[in-house]
Amino acid sequence: MGDQEVRALSGINLEIASGEYVSLMGPSGSGKTTLLNVLGLLDRPNSGRYELDGKDVTDLSEVEQARVRREKIGFVFQSFHLVPRLTAAENIELPLMLAGTALAERKARVDETLLSFDLLDRARHRPAELSGGQRQRVAIARATILRPTILLADEPTGNLDHRIGAEVMALLEGLHHAGATLILVTHDRELGARAHRRIAMRDGEIVADER
Amino acid sequence: MKLRDTLQLSFNTVTSYRTRSLLIILAMALGVAAVVVLTALGDGARRYVVGKFSSIGTNLIIVLPGRAETAGGFPGAVLAQTPRDLTLEDARFVGQLSQVKRYAPLNVGVVELAAAGRLREVTVLGSTADLLPIRHMNLAQGSFLAQGAEYSAQIVLGAKIAQEFFPHGNVIGQRVRLGDRRFLVSGVLAIQGESMGFNSDELVIIPIDHAQALFNTASLFRILVEARSRGDIESAKEAIRDTLKRRHDGEDDVTVITQDAVLATFDRILRALTLGVAGIAAISLAVAGILVMNVMLVAVSQRTSEIGLLKAIGAPSADIRLLFFAEALWLSLAGAALGFVLGQFGSLLIRLAYPQLPAWPPMWASLAGVTIAFVTGILASLLPAARAAQLDPVKALAGR
Repeated sequence: MGDQEVRALSGINLEIASGEYVSLMGPSGSGKTTLLNVLGLLDRPNSGRYELDGKDVTDLSEVEQARVRREKIGFVFQSFHLVPRLTAAENIELPLMLAGTALAERKARVDETLLSFDLLDRARHRPAELSGGQRQRVAIARATILRPTILLADEPTGNLDHRIGAEVMALLEGLHHAGATLILVTHDRELGARAHRRIAMRDGEIVADER
Repeated sequence: MKLRDTLQLSFNTVTSYRTRSLLIILAMALGVAAVVVLTALGDGARRYVVGKFSSIGTNLIIVLPGRAETAGGFPGAVLAQTPRDLTLEDARFVGQLSQVKRYAPLNVGVVELAAAGRLREVTVLGSTADLLPIRHMNLAQGSFLAQGAEYSAQIVLGAKIAQEFFPHGNVIGQRVRLGDRRFLVSGVLAIQGESMGFNSDELVIIPIDHAQALFNTASLFRILVEARSRGDIESAKEAIRDTLKRRHDGEDDVTVITQDAVLATFDRILRALTLGVAGIAAISLAVAGILVMNVMLVAVSQRTSEIGLLKAIGAPSADIRLLFFAEALWLSLAGAALGFVLGQFGSLLIRLAYPQLPAWPPMWASLAGVTIAFVTGILASLLPAARAAQLDPVKALAGR
């Protein structure tokens, strides 16, 4: 691309209400993942402002941003991103560990989560010993154990077959019904159409915003 | 993140990459073990030499006739150069000095010993009763030259001589002939082996007067003096020199050497040697440190997406830095501990193989080895840990 500046996003003006279910769609390179990363505080915009829960989080320090990510944002990735050395239960426990939660409480929360995600019999298994659907369930359990207000899902069914993908979507939508704001990035028109609000992107700009 | 969790998580990582961890630990351990074993060897050699010197006596001062020349050579070895003889009377004066605990005049010669129908040449020491305690010799049986009975014709046999002449025991009270004189065996020395060129197992000891008569001389070979304490050695040395100078018409014609001076020199040389060897071994530890750094850098690039994930779920850079840091800490700790054990074991093997060599690793060396392993391991992890902490989360998640 030479010296030419690449604008992954430009002129984005977006307000998402608490508890919404939004899909971000668009072709590759349209900026949807970049937008998701900005919303998840993984990426900083060169200019502009990002308010989360009525608070400007654009210029927070690295440590504070990490805390916001931990407490308010849950990521679900296409490739699960489980730590291969850790068991399902330990992977789910990671955010609690990072938050410095006491051991006894951690144990209780993990057991509770394993139960509600139907993973109790898989607790001691490592990711390599789990099926794709189970891995994504572990990943979603990990993303939600600290009860974040926003769930950011980047192609969460991209690596799963249709049936398992539908199960994972049902799980995510269940979490949305329980009150979480769900933002879904997908290629899949059918999947994107399920969201209550559908945002289409192209070349880093929002081209459609339907409810 | 709590410290306990950081340590546990990184411990988990170390045990998961088993082969990798074992190799680093081994490299570290060999470095530490090398430091421990080599210093054990060096210090063992030092103690061996110092011990040999100490065994010839404590607070020992040796007086020789003649002045030590800067040209070298052993004073008194060439008798013709001796300007004035040391006499028994000189020795008696030395013995009366306040700093002197006891003294023993010494004459040495080689004479034929005949007894029980056998005949051989033996080294003969002429001395007094105090030779026994000064030279730290022990008796196997009988008694030594009786104090105050220096004129009686008694003889003390070395262990080997006694064995050769009287293989069936029953040595005490036997008559032996030394040159043209008859002696009565009063005692037998315990087996001591060689020390400082004298094999005390193959010599005989007779009273000094008999020795002088036998060798037909009025002069002494040496005077062995034991100072009252270590602190008295220097002043005793001065006093002896003054006394003899006065007795020799103001001529400073004796050489007074102390065992301490010789000992200190050997001690210094061997200590320096040990330090040098330890330094060389420590270089291998630095190499192990570079190995740790390399492996940790590989680990960071291997686990890039994992680091991205940790950031995404809310780990600040500091936590990630600490995780890698703790990982290096565990590796160093295990390496140092294993190396310490290996080193101790290696030293034990040396001691078993060479029982005379007291190859005990000195405490400072073990501590230094373990500390260097620790410090290099930790230093080597700083760069990789910082690199991990600085990764951009978006790129890291994509595995870039």
